[in-house]
Amino acid sequence: MSENQRREGVPEGASDRLGVEQQIVLPWSKALEMTRENIFVRLGRSAITASGIFLGIAFLSAVLFGASASRLVAEMDLERIGLEHEAGELQARIIWLASMSLVVATVGIVNSMLMSVTERYKEIGTMKCLGALDSFIVRLFLLEAGLLGILGSGLGALAGAGVMMLIYIGRLGGEGVAKAWVTPAVQLGGGNVPLWVSIVASVLIGGILSILAALYPAWRAAKMPPAAALRSEF
Amino acid sequence: MSVYEYIVRTKDLSKIYTLGGTEVRALDDVALDIRRGEYVSIMGPSGSGKSTLFNMIGGLDKPSKGTVFIDEVDMAQLTASELAFLRCRKIGYIFQTFNLIPVMTALENVTLPMVFAGLATDDALDKGMGLLKIVGLGERYDHKPTELSGGQQQRVAIARAFANDPAIILADEPTGNLDLRTGKEIITLLKRMNEEKKVTVISATHDLKMIDVSDRVVWIRDGKIERIEEREDIELQVGQMEGEDQ
Repeated sequence: MSENQRREGVPEGASDRLGVEQQIVLPWSKALEMTRENIFVRLGRSAITASGIFLGIAFLSAVLFGASASRLVAEMDLERIGLEHEAGELQARIIWLASMSLVVATVGIVNSMLMSVTERYKEIGTMKCLGALDSFIVRLFLLEAGLLGILGSGLGALAGAGVMMLIYIGRLGGEGVAKAWVTPAVQLGGGNVPLWVSIVASVLIGGILSILAALYPAWRAAKMPPAAALRSEF
Repeated sequence: MSVYEYIVRTKDLSKIYTLGGTEVRALDDVALDIRRGEYVSIMGPSGSGKSTLFNMIGGLDKPSKGTVFIDEVDMAQLTASELAFLRCRKIGYIFQTFNLIPVMTALENVTLPMVFAGLATDDALDKGMGLLKIVGLGERYDHKPTELSGGQQQRVAIARAFANDPAIILADEPTGNLDLRTGKEIITLLKRMNEEKKVTVISATHDLKMIDVSDRVVWIRDGKIERIEEREDIELQVGQMEGEDQ
Protein backbone atom coordinates (compact mmCIF):
# COMPACT_ATOMS: atom_id res chain seq x y z
CA MET A 1 0.00 0.00 0.00
CA SER A 2 1.61 3.29 -0.96
CA GLU A 3 2.43 5.87 1.69
CA ASN A 4 0.04 8.54 0.68
CA GLN A 5 -2.91 6.24 1.17
CA ARG A 6 -4.68 6.74 4.47
CA ARG A 7 -6.54 3.93 6.10
CA GLU A 8 -10.11 4.65 7.10
CA GLY A 9 -9.70 8.42 7.17
CA VAL A 10 -10.23 8.71 10.93
CA PRO A 11 -8.90 12.02 12.25
CA GLU A 12 -6.89 12.29 15.44
CA GLY A 13 -9.32 14.35 17.43
CA ALA A 14 -12.42 16.50 17.32
CA SER A 15 -10.52 19.71 16.91
CA ASP A 16 -8.42 18.30 14.11
CA ARG A 17 -9.23 20.04 10.88
CA LEU A 18 -8.26 18.24 7.74
CA GLY A 19 -4.75 19.51 7.28
CA VAL A 20 -3.03 21.04 4.32
CA GLU A 21 -1.08 17.89 3.67
CA GLN A 22 -4.21 16.11 2.53
CA GLN A 23 -4.33 16.85 -1.10
CA ILE A 24 -6.74 16.41 -3.92
CA VAL A 25 -4.99 16.39 -7.26
CA LEU A 26 -5.71 16.11 -10.93
CA PRO A 27 -2.43 15.73 -12.81
CA TRP A 28 -2.38 17.41 -16.22
CA SER A 29 -1.50 14.13 -17.91
CA LYS A 30 -4.64 12.56 -16.49
CA ALA A 31 -6.73 15.62 -17.37
CA LEU A 32 -5.48 15.42 -20.96
CA GLU A 33 -6.17 11.70 -21.08
CA MET A 34 -9.73 12.24 -19.84
CA THR A 35 -10.24 15.07 -22.31
CA ARG A 36 -9.02 12.95 -25.20
CA GLU A 37 -11.38 10.19 -24.15
CA ASN A 38 -14.27 12.61 -23.86
CA ILE A 39 -13.69 13.91 -27.35
CA PHE A 40 -12.86 10.77 -29.27
CA VAL A 41 -15.14 8.25 -27.64
CA ARG A 42 -18.08 10.55 -28.33
CA LEU A 43 -16.78 11.61 -31.73
CA GLY A 44 -20.14 12.33 -33.29
CA ARG A 45 -21.21 14.49 -30.38
CA SER A 46 -17.86 16.28 -30.40
CA ALA A 47 -18.21 16.96 -34.11
CA ILE A 48 -21.56 18.61 -33.54
CA THR A 49 -20.12 20.71 -30.73
CA ALA A 50 -17.23 21.78 -32.93
CA SER A 51 -19.39 22.44 -35.98
CA GLY A 52 -20.10 26.03 -34.98
CA ILE A 53 -16.47 26.99 -34.78
CA PHE A 54 -15.66 24.88 -37.85
CA LEU A 55 -18.14 26.76 -40.01
CA GLY A 56 -17.30 30.15 -38.58
CA ILE A 57 -13.58 29.79 -39.15
CA ALA A 58 -14.16 28.14 -42.54
CA PHE A 59 -16.09 31.21 -43.58
CA LEU A 60 -13.45 33.55 -42.18
CA SER A 61 -10.71 31.61 -43.91
CA ALA A 62 -12.60 31.71 -47.20
CA VAL A 63 -13.08 35.46 -46.87
CA LEU A 64 -9.40 35.99 -46.18
CA PHE A 65 -8.31 33.75 -49.03
CA GLY A 66 -10.74 35.48 -51.35
CA ALA A 67 -9.27 38.84 -50.40
CA SER A 68 -5.73 37.72 -51.18
CA ALA A 69 -6.79 36.05 -54.38
CA SER A 70 -8.68 39.12 -55.57
CA ARG A 71 -5.66 41.24 -54.87
CA LEU A 72 -3.58 38.90 -57.02
CA VAL A 73 -6.17 38.92 -59.77
CA ALA A 74 -6.19 42.72 -59.70
CA GLU A 75 -2.40 42.78 -59.92
CA MET A 76 -2.47 40.43 -62.87
CA ASP A 77 -5.23 42.29 -64.63
CA LEU A 78 -3.47 45.16 -66.45
CA GLU A 79 -6.66 46.82 -67.60
CA ARG A 80 -7.56 47.69 -64.06
CA ILE A 81 -6.33 51.23 -63.71
CA GLY A 82 -7.80 53.44 -61.06
CA LEU A 83 -8.04 50.56 -58.68
CA GLU A 84 -7.00 52.60 -55.68
CA HIS A 85 -10.41 53.95 -54.61
CA GLU A 86 -11.92 50.51 -54.98
CA ALA A 87 -9.26 48.97 -52.82
CA GLY A 88 -10.40 50.91 -49.75
CA GLU A 89 -14.00 49.86 -50.26
CA LEU A 90 -12.98 46.28 -50.88
CA GLN A 91 -10.89 46.25 -47.74
CA ALA A 92 -13.75 47.59 -45.62
CA ARG A 93 -16.08 44.97 -47.00
CA ILE A 94 -13.57 42.23 -46.22
CA ILE A 95 -13.09 43.42 -42.68
CA TRP A 96 -16.86 43.52 -42.27
CA LEU A 97 -17.26 39.97 -43.59
CA ALA A 98 -14.44 38.70 -41.42
CA SER A 99 -15.90 40.27 -38.30
CA MET A 100 -19.33 38.88 -39.05
CA SER A 101 -17.91 35.41 -39.47
CA LEU A 102 -16.27 35.69 -36.06
CA VAL A 103 -19.55 36.80 -34.52
CA VAL A 104 -21.36 33.86 -36.12
CA ALA A 105 -18.67 31.48 -34.92
CA THR A 106 -18.91 32.88 -31.38
CA VAL A 107 -22.67 32.51 -31.19
CA GLY A 108 -22.41 28.97 -32.49
CA ILE A 109 -19.74 27.96 -30.13
CA VAL A 110 -21.26 29.53 -27.01
CA ASN A 111 -24.39 27.55 -27.73
CA SER A 112 -22.46 24.35 -28.33
CA MET A 113 -20.42 24.68 -25.17
CA LEU A 114 -23.49 25.43 -23.10
CA MET A 115 -25.13 22.26 -24.42
CA SER A 116 -22.01 20.23 -23.97
CA VAL A 117 -21.75 21.20 -20.30
CA THR A 118 -25.45 20.89 -19.51
CA GLU A 119 -25.60 17.41 -20.99
CA ARG A 120 -23.03 16.29 -18.50
CA TYR A 121 -24.35 17.70 -15.24
CA LYS A 122 -24.76 14.19 -13.90
CA GLU A 123 -21.15 13.32 -14.70
CA ILE A 124 -20.02 16.51 -13.05
CA GLY A 125 -22.03 15.72 -9.93
CA THR A 126 -20.60 12.22 -9.87
CA MET A 127 -17.03 13.46 -10.16
CA LYS A 128 -17.59 15.82 -7.28
CA CYS A 129 -18.76 12.87 -5.23
CA LEU A 130 -15.49 11.17 -6.04
CA GLY A 131 -13.68 14.16 -4.63
CA ALA A 132 -13.13 16.43 -7.64
CA LEU A 133 -12.55 20.06 -6.80
CA ASP A 134 -14.53 22.72 -8.68
CA SER A 135 -11.33 23.73 -10.45
CA PHE A 136 -10.92 20.19 -11.86
CA ILE A 137 -14.29 20.41 -13.54
CA VAL A 138 -13.48 23.78 -15.06
CA ARG A 139 -10.05 22.54 -16.11
CA LEU A 140 -11.49 19.51 -17.88
CA PHE A 141 -14.06 21.52 -19.79
CA LEU A 142 -11.63 24.24 -20.79
CA LEU A 143 -9.16 21.66 -22.05
CA GLU A 144 -11.90 20.03 -24.07
CA ALA A 145 -13.11 23.34 -25.44
CA GLY A 146 -9.57 24.37 -26.35
CA LEU A 147 -8.80 21.10 -28.06
CA LEU A 148 -12.10 21.00 -29.94
CA GLY A 149 -11.68 24.66 -30.78
CA ILE A 150 -8.23 24.20 -32.30
CA LEU A 151 -9.23 21.05 -34.15
CA GLY A 152 -12.48 22.57 -35.41
CA SER A 153 -10.82 25.83 -36.40
CA GLY A 154 -7.90 24.07 -38.03
CA LEU A 155 -10.12 21.83 -40.11
CA GLY A 156 -12.43 24.76 -40.83
CA ALA A 157 -9.58 26.95 -42.01
CA LEU A 158 -8.35 24.20 -44.32
CA ALA A 159 -11.83 23.57 -45.66
CA GLY A 160 -12.57 27.24 -46.27
CA ALA A 161 -9.25 27.96 -47.92
CA GLY A 162 -9.42 24.68 -49.83
CA VAL A 163 -12.76 25.51 -51.40
CA MET A 164 -11.53 28.94 -52.38
CA MET A 165 -8.38 27.49 -53.89
CA LEU A 166 -10.51 25.31 -56.13
CA ILE A 167 -12.60 28.29 -57.10
CA TYR A 168 -9.62 30.44 -57.96
CA ILE A 169 -7.49 27.83 -59.68
CA GLY A 170 -9.06 28.65 -63.02
CA ARG A 171 -8.36 32.33 -62.76
CA LEU A 172 -4.93 32.19 -61.15
CA GLY A 173 -3.57 28.81 -62.10
CA GLY A 174 -1.77 26.52 -59.70
CA GLU A 175 1.18 28.83 -59.23
CA GLY A 176 -1.07 31.81 -58.63
CA VAL A 177 -3.06 29.95 -56.03
CA ALA A 178 0.14 29.08 -54.21
CA LYS A 179 1.24 32.72 -54.41
CA ALA A 180 -2.03 33.78 -52.80
CA TRP A 181 -0.81 32.21 -49.57
CA VAL A 182 1.88 34.80 -49.18
CA THR A 183 -0.20 37.72 -50.42
CA PRO A 184 -1.75 39.88 -47.74
CA ALA A 185 -5.51 39.58 -47.38
CA VAL A 186 -5.88 42.96 -45.84
CA GLN A 187 -3.50 45.86 -45.53
CA LEU A 188 -3.63 46.77 -41.90
CA GLY A 189 -1.79 49.83 -40.73
CA GLY A 190 1.72 48.56 -40.10
CA GLY A 191 2.58 46.04 -42.72
CA ASN A 192 1.70 43.33 -45.11
CA VAL A 193 0.58 40.28 -43.24
CA PRO A 194 0.78 37.31 -45.58
CA LEU A 195 -2.41 35.27 -45.90
CA TRP A 196 -1.05 32.21 -44.19
CA VAL A 197 -0.30 34.23 -41.08
CA SER A 198 -3.86 35.59 -41.01
CA ILE A 199 -5.24 32.12 -41.33
CA VAL A 200 -3.07 30.70 -38.56
CA ALA A 201 -4.16 33.65 -36.43
CA SER A 202 -7.79 32.78 -37.22
CA VAL A 203 -7.24 29.24 -36.01
CA LEU A 204 -5.75 30.53 -32.77
CA ILE A 205 -8.60 32.98 -32.36
CA GLY A 206 -11.01 30.10 -32.88
CA GLY A 207 -9.31 28.14 -30.13
CA ILE A 208 -9.36 31.07 -27.72
CA LEU A 209 -13.00 31.88 -28.48
CA SER A 210 -13.91 28.27 -27.74
CA ILE A 211 -12.18 28.40 -24.37
CA LEU A 212 -13.84 31.70 -23.50
CA ALA A 213 -17.22 30.36 -24.56
CA ALA A 214 -16.88 27.37 -22.24
CA LEU A 215 -15.70 29.39 -19.27
CA TYR A 216 -18.97 30.57 -17.81
CA PRO A 217 -21.00 27.36 -18.37
CA ALA A 218 -18.18 25.25 -16.91
CA TRP A 219 -17.72 27.50 -13.89
CA ARG A 220 -21.43 27.55 -13.17
CA ALA A 221 -21.73 23.78 -13.50
CA ALA A 222 -18.74 23.25 -11.22
CA LYS A 223 -20.30 25.42 -8.54
CA MET A 224 -23.60 23.51 -8.45
CA PRO A 225 -24.18 21.46 -5.32
CA PRO A 226 -23.72 17.79 -6.27
CA ALA A 227 -27.29 16.92 -5.29
CA ALA A 228 -28.64 19.34 -7.90
CA ALA A 229 -26.21 18.18 -10.58
CA LEU A 230 -27.06 14.54 -9.95
CA ARG A 231 -30.77 15.21 -10.34
CA SER A 232 -30.30 15.91 -14.06
CA GLU A 233 -32.09 13.54 -16.32
CA PHE A 234 -29.63 13.25 -19.22
CA MET B 1 -5.89 7.58 18.97
CA SER B 2 -9.45 8.08 20.07
CA VAL B 3 -12.14 6.85 17.80
CA TYR B 4 -15.62 8.18 18.14
CA GLU B 5 -18.50 5.86 18.71
CA TYR B 6 -20.77 7.79 16.41
CA ILE B 7 -19.32 8.23 12.97
CA VAL B 8 -22.30 10.28 11.80
CA ARG B 9 -24.45 12.49 14.00
CA THR B 10 -27.18 14.86 12.95
CA LYS B 11 -28.73 17.51 15.16
CA ASP B 12 -31.94 19.49 14.43
CA LEU B 13 -31.39 18.69 10.78
CA SER B 14 -33.92 20.40 8.53
CA LYS B 15 -34.28 21.05 4.83
CA ILE B 16 -36.98 23.44 3.78
CA TYR B 17 -37.97 24.18 0.19
CA THR B 18 -40.23 27.01 -0.85
CA LEU B 19 -42.35 25.86 -3.76
CA GLY B 20 -44.75 28.42 -5.10
CA GLY B 21 -45.72 30.20 -1.91
CA THR B 22 -45.71 27.13 0.30
CA GLU B 23 -43.01 25.81 2.54
CA VAL B 24 -42.15 22.14 2.13
CA ARG B 25 -40.24 20.51 4.96
CA ALA B 26 -38.32 17.72 3.30
CA LEU B 27 -36.55 17.13 6.62
CA ASP B 28 -37.88 18.32 9.95
CA ASP B 29 -35.55 18.43 12.97
CA VAL B 30 -33.94 15.07 12.35
CA ALA B 31 -31.61 13.74 15.02
CA LEU B 32 -29.82 10.57 14.06
CA ASP B 33 -26.73 8.88 15.48
CA ILE B 34 -24.98 6.21 13.52
CA ARG B 35 -22.38 3.99 15.11
CA ARG B 36 -19.09 3.11 13.51
CA GLY B 37 -19.29 -0.16 11.58
CA GLU B 38 -23.08 -0.29 11.60
CA TYR B 39 -25.24 -1.21 8.66
CA VAL B 40 -28.15 1.21 8.81
CA SER B 41 -31.07 1.33 6.45
CA ILE B 42 -33.13 4.48 6.20
CA MET B 43 -36.50 3.37 5.01
CA GLY B 44 -39.55 5.22 3.91
CA PRO B 45 -41.91 5.77 1.02
CA SER B 46 -41.21 8.17 -1.85
CA GLY B 47 -41.09 11.73 -0.65
CA SER B 48 -40.41 10.72 2.92
CA GLY B 49 -37.13 12.61 2.99
CA LYS B 50 -34.75 9.67 2.91
CA SER B 51 -32.92 10.91 -0.19
CA THR B 52 -32.74 14.39 1.30
CA LEU B 53 -31.26 12.90 4.46
CA PHE B 54 -28.83 10.95 2.30
CA ASN B 55 -27.79 14.18 0.57
CA MET B 56 -27.28 15.97 3.89
CA ILE B 57 -25.16 13.22 5.40
CA GLY B 58 -23.13 12.91 2.22
CA GLY B 59 -22.48 16.64 2.02
CA LEU B 60 -24.15 16.77 -1.38
CA ASP B 61 -26.40 19.61 -0.36
CA LYS B 62 -26.59 22.11 2.47
CA PRO B 63 -29.22 21.87 5.19
CA SER B 64 -31.51 24.80 5.90
CA LYS B 65 -31.04 24.30 9.58
CA GLY B 66 -29.13 22.01 11.90
CA THR B 67 -25.83 20.21 11.75
CA VAL B 68 -24.25 17.08 10.39
CA PHE B 69 -21.18 15.79 12.21
CA ILE B 70 -18.86 13.32 10.52
CA ASP B 71 -16.50 12.01 13.17
CA GLU B 72 -17.49 14.99 15.29
CA VAL B 73 -16.46 17.44 12.57
CA ASP B 74 -19.22 19.89 11.60
CA MET B 75 -19.61 19.58 7.84
CA ALA B 76 -20.73 23.16 7.46
CA GLN B 77 -17.37 24.33 8.79
CA LEU B 78 -15.42 22.56 6.08
CA THR B 79 -13.90 24.48 3.20
CA ALA B 80 -14.55 23.34 -0.37
CA SER B 81 -11.23 21.46 -0.49
CA GLU B 82 -11.85 19.79 2.85
CA LEU B 83 -15.28 18.73 1.68
CA ALA B 84 -13.78 17.35 -1.51
CA PHE B 85 -11.22 15.49 0.58
CA LEU B 86 -14.00 14.03 2.70
CA ARG B 87 -15.83 12.82 -0.39
CA CYS B 88 -12.66 11.46 -1.89
CA ARG B 89 -11.22 9.60 1.08
CA LYS B 90 -13.81 9.14 3.72
CA ILE B 91 -17.10 8.55 1.98
CA GLY B 92 -17.97 6.23 -0.87
CA TYR B 93 -21.20 6.86 -2.75
CA ILE B 94 -23.46 4.39 -4.49
CA PHE B 95 -26.45 5.56 -6.52
CA GLN B 96 -29.61 4.07 -7.90
CA THR B 97 -28.54 4.96 -11.43
CA PHE B 98 -24.97 3.69 -10.92
CA ASN B 99 -23.49 6.98 -12.22
CA LEU B 100 -20.45 5.53 -13.91
CA ILE B 101 -18.58 7.79 -16.33
CA PRO B 102 -19.73 6.49 -19.73
CA VAL B 103 -16.54 7.12 -21.71
CA MET B 104 -14.36 5.26 -19.20
CA THR B 105 -13.80 1.56 -18.78
CA ALA B 106 -14.69 -0.25 -15.56
CA LEU B 107 -11.10 -0.08 -14.36
CA GLU B 108 -10.80 3.61 -15.19
CA ASN B 109 -14.02 4.29 -13.31
CA VAL B 110 -12.80 2.41 -10.26
CA THR B 111 -9.41 4.13 -10.25
CA LEU B 112 -10.69 7.68 -10.79
CA PRO B 113 -11.04 8.44 -7.07
CA MET B 114 -7.54 7.07 -6.58
CA VAL B 115 -6.26 9.59 -9.15
CA PHE B 116 -7.83 12.39 -7.15
CA ALA B 117 -6.24 10.99 -4.01
CA GLY B 118 -2.84 11.22 -5.63
CA LEU B 119 -2.17 7.52 -5.90
CA ALA B 120 0.55 6.50 -8.37
CA THR B 121 -0.81 4.97 -11.59
CA ASP B 122 0.61 1.49 -11.09
CA ASP B 123 -0.61 1.27 -7.52
CA ALA B 124 -4.02 2.53 -8.64
CA LEU B 125 -4.30 -0.05 -11.40
CA ASP B 126 -3.30 -2.89 -9.07
CA LYS B 127 -5.73 -1.79 -6.40
CA GLY B 128 -8.47 -1.24 -8.99
CA MET B 129 -8.08 -4.72 -10.42
CA GLY B 130 -8.13 -6.11 -6.89
CA LEU B 131 -11.41 -4.37 -6.14
CA LEU B 132 -12.95 -5.50 -9.40
CA LYS B 133 -12.02 -9.07 -8.57
CA ILE B 134 -13.62 -8.78 -5.15
CA VAL B 135 -16.90 -7.75 -6.76
CA GLY B 136 -16.55 -10.51 -9.32
CA LEU B 137 -15.76 -8.45 -12.41
CA GLY B 138 -12.06 -9.13 -12.89
CA GLU B 139 -12.42 -10.10 -16.56
CA ARG B 140 -14.56 -7.11 -17.47
CA TYR B 141 -12.09 -4.45 -16.44
CA ASP B 142 -11.86 -2.97 -19.92
CA HIS B 143 -15.58 -2.90 -20.60
CA LYS B 144 -17.41 0.39 -20.78
CA PRO B 145 -20.66 0.88 -18.83
CA THR B 146 -22.72 0.38 -21.99
CA GLU B 147 -21.20 -3.09 -22.28
CA LEU B 148 -22.24 -4.05 -18.77
CA SER B 149 -25.58 -5.09 -17.32
CA GLY B 150 -27.25 -3.09 -14.57
CA GLY B 151 -26.06 -5.44 -11.88
CA GLN B 152 -22.51 -5.38 -13.24
CA GLN B 153 -22.53 -1.59 -13.40
CA GLN B 154 -23.63 -1.41 -9.79
CA ARG B 155 -20.85 -3.77 -8.82
CA VAL B 156 -18.34 -1.52 -10.57
CA ALA B 157 -19.90 1.38 -8.68
CA ILE B 158 -19.44 -0.52 -5.42
CA ALA B 159 -15.81 -1.26 -6.29
CA ARG B 160 -15.37 2.43 -7.05
CA ALA B 161 -16.96 3.42 -3.74
CA PHE B 162 -14.24 1.41 -1.97
CA ALA B 163 -11.41 2.89 -4.02
CA ASN B 164 -9.86 4.96 -1.23
CA ASP B 165 -10.78 2.74 1.72
CA PRO B 166 -13.59 4.93 2.98
CA ALA B 167 -14.97 4.82 6.50
CA ILE B 168 -18.54 5.31 5.31
CA ILE B 169 -20.50 3.97 2.38
CA LEU B 170 -23.60 5.94 1.45
CA ALA B 171 -26.01 4.13 -0.82
CA ASP B 172 -29.08 5.81 -2.30
CA GLU B 173 -31.52 3.16 -3.51
CA PRO B 174 -28.74 0.83 -4.62
CA THR B 175 -31.18 -1.84 -5.80
CA GLY B 176 -33.73 0.56 -7.24
CA ASN B 177 -32.89 -0.18 -10.88
CA LEU B 178 -32.18 -3.87 -10.45
CA ASP B 179 -34.31 -6.98 -10.67
CA LEU B 180 -35.05 -9.10 -7.63
CA ARG B 181 -32.19 -11.53 -7.91
CA THR B 182 -29.55 -9.00 -8.87
CA GLY B 183 -30.76 -6.76 -6.08
CA LYS B 184 -30.23 -9.55 -3.59
CA GLU B 185 -26.70 -10.13 -4.92
CA ILE B 186 -25.89 -6.49 -4.46
CA ILE B 187 -27.26 -6.45 -0.92
CA THR B 188 -25.22 -9.55 -0.08
CA LEU B 189 -22.11 -7.90 -1.52
CA LEU B 190 -22.68 -4.73 0.50
CA LYS B 191 -23.13 -6.74 3.69
CA ARG B 192 -19.97 -8.67 2.98
CA MET B 193 -17.97 -5.47 2.50
CA ASN B 194 -19.50 -4.08 5.68
CA GLU B 195 -18.39 -7.13 7.66
CA GLU B 196 -15.00 -7.71 6.04
CA LYS B 197 -13.81 -4.12 5.77
CA LYS B 198 -15.58 -2.87 8.91
CA VAL B 199 -17.08 -0.02 6.93
CA THR B 200 -20.21 1.82 8.09
CA VAL B 201 -22.98 1.41 5.53
CA ILE B 202 -25.86 3.85 5.39
CA SER B 203 -28.47 2.99 2.84
CA ALA B 204 -31.53 5.03 1.90
CA THR B 205 -33.94 2.58 0.38
CA HIS B 206 -37.46 1.31 0.12
CA ASP B 207 -36.31 -2.19 -0.70
CA LEU B 208 -37.49 -4.42 2.12
CA LYS B 209 -34.84 -7.01 1.26
CA MET B 210 -32.37 -4.63 2.88
CA ILE B 211 -33.93 -5.13 6.31
CA ASP B 212 -32.42 -8.58 6.77
CA VAL B 213 -28.82 -7.36 6.54
CA SER B 214 -29.28 -4.16 8.53
CA ASP B 215 -28.19 -3.75 12.14
CA ARG B 216 -30.76 -1.00 12.57
CA VAL B 217 -33.60 0.34 10.50
CA VAL B 218 -34.60 4.00 10.64
CA TRP B 219 -38.17 4.51 9.49
CA ILE B 220 -38.76 7.96 8.07
CA ARG B 221 -41.97 9.61 6.97
CA ASP B 222 -42.78 13.18 5.95
CA GLY B 223 -39.34 14.37 6.90
CA LYS B 224 -39.44 13.04 10.43
CA ILE B 225 -38.06 9.89 11.99
CA GLU B 226 -40.98 7.69 12.92
CA ARG B 227 -39.05 5.06 14.79
CA ILE B 228 -35.70 3.31 14.89
CA GLU B 229 -35.59 -0.44 15.26
CA GLU B 230 -32.81 -2.88 15.98
CA ARG B 231 -32.83 -5.81 13.59
CA GLU B 232 -33.62 -8.31 16.32
CA ASP B 233 -36.78 -6.44 17.14
CA ILE B 234 -38.17 -6.60 13.65
CA GLU B 235 -40.50 -9.51 13.20
CA LEU B 236 -41.00 -9.07 9.52
CA GLN B 237 -40.28 -12.13 7.49
CA VAL B 238 -39.36 -11.11 4.00
CA GLY B 239 -41.15 -13.65 1.83
CA GLN B 240 -39.68 -15.71 -0.93
CA MET B 241 -40.96 -15.67 -4.46
CA GLU B 242 -41.14 -18.94 -6.27
CA GLY B 243 -38.18 -19.76 -8.40
CA GLU B 244 -36.28 -16.78 -7.06
CA ASP B 245 -33.29 -18.61 -5.66
CA GLN B 246 -32.30 -20.41 -8.83
